[in-house]
Amino acid sequence: MLTTKIKLTLSLVAATSLLAGCTSSNSDESADYQALVQQDISTFQTFFKNRFPDVEIEDYKNGVYAIDENARLQWEDIEEFPPYELEVDDGKVLYETPFANGKSYADCFGDGAVRKQYPQFDDKRGEVVTLELAINECREANGEKPLKYKKGNIAKLSAYMAFQSRGQIVAARVSSEGAYNAYMGGKEFFYSKRGQMNLSCADCHMRATGYYLRADVPSPAIGHVTHFPVHRSKWGQLGTLHRRYGGCNQNIRAKAFKPQSEEYRNLEFFQTVMSNGLEFNGPGSRK
Amino acid sequence: MRVKKVVIALLGFFIIAPLWAGEAEIEKGKNLIYTRTKGNCISCHMIPGGSLPGNFAPPLVQMKARYPDPDDLRKQIFDARIKNPQTIMPPFGAHKMLSEDEIDWLVEYLYTL
Ligand code: HEC
Ligand code: HEC
Repeated sequence: MLTTKIKLTLSLVAATSLLAGCTSSNSDESADYQALVQQDISTFQTFFKNRFPDVEIEDYKNGVYAIDENARLQWEDIEEFPPYELEVDDGKVLYETPFANGKSYADCFGDGAVRKQYPQFDDKRGEVVTLELAINECREANGEKPLKYKKGNIAKLSAYMAFQSRGQIVAARVSSEGAYNAYMGGKEFFYSKRGQMNLSCADCHMRATGYYLRADVPSPAIGHVTHFPVHRSKWGQLGTLHRRYGGCNQNIRAKAFKPQSEEYRNLEFFQTVMSNGLEFNGPGSRK
Repeated sequence: MRVKKVVIALLGFFIIAPLWAGEAEIEKGKNLIYTRTKGNCISCHMIPGGSLPGNFAPPLVQMKARYPDPDDLRKQIFDARIKNPQTIMPPFGAHKMLSEDEIDWLVEYLYTL
């Protein structure tokens, strides 16, 4: 009993002094978090440089087609007449159609070329705000019902906005303690083994990337976020990034989280930071 | 005389019976290799006779020579983490994706490779 108490006190003392040490050295907080994260980015990107020495970093925006020569030729054919073209047009119409109150998405997002602002950590709210979340919040602020998050109109709007933003550079910032915690949450999710098959995102999208799992080649994790939403021939339509997250979780017989859950928003935040420096080139087409 | 016949018949049966069971088990094991909701070993391992194999994991060949003790093979399938805590191979037994029987059938089949 006594020893437990002493141990507890000791660990508390250790913890507080550690905390004190951290805060006192953090006079310029934001610079420190960004530096920590910068180290992660460079480790992560170096991993792929070593894994695929012939692939230029910029090319990872093309997902699996950056590393799979054969599949790439077919894909380039498909992109000549992109299957998402009509959906982007639909998205434009939705974007420009006024809400019941006379306002429209333009009152929230201007010309819609705002892809690079998302996901961002909102310090006041203490959470990650993704593009899809912001779209629904714009609707609700204008008295409209929120849209469902996996497919349909939200994917069309997000595709139109991604299209408007093509060429913007990914530059997610981690500049506060709150942002760093969200980032770390996403990082832990990415590397944790889960589900009946006991696999992590990193197992497939880092260790096994470039190999065949039956007939599928898992894409490199770098660049995962740049081209969403994607039109998959398997879906026959556009789907959001969180729809894909759910699919990959289910494939390993793990519980899928809700789209726009805190878990998936943090994961998207982490994945976006890891792709800093690449180009946004959504929407994309995939098989 | 009669007793002798019966004994021979019985003996014969006992010699053949395990062989019969073996054939069936081997076939069941083979099916597990290709069943997506069960073993699906082919998604990672090249296996002689299997089409569209994955290539992330070592090919499953010459199993008897490389795993003379069936228990080692059983352990690898039951929980690959014992040998390699970071392994990508799912812990089929430990996570109840395959039953003890099913793992035995797989071992039987792997020994024919
Ligand atoms: C069993 C292996 C496996 C696991 C585990 C896995 N994935 Fe996947 N994932 C795939 C395969 C195969 C594809 C389809 C090919 C590809 O990557 O485009 C895919 C596709 C994706 C895509 C779409 C890529 C694109 O360019 O359209 C994303 C994003 C993704 N996975 C993220 C994740 C995340 C995040 C996790 C963990 C929560 C995860 N995956 C876990 C195998 C896996
Ligand atoms: C998701 C990938 C994956 C699946 C599915 C998988 N394995 Fe493996 N297996 C591996 C990897 C990777 C290794 C290499 C050792 C390691 O990394 O732990 C391995 C190793 C082995 C070994 C040892 C091989 C050797 O050369 O010593 C055996 C035996 C084996 N697996 C059998 C099976 C069987 C039987 C199944 C299906 C019930 C199966 N595996 C399913 C990935 C997989």
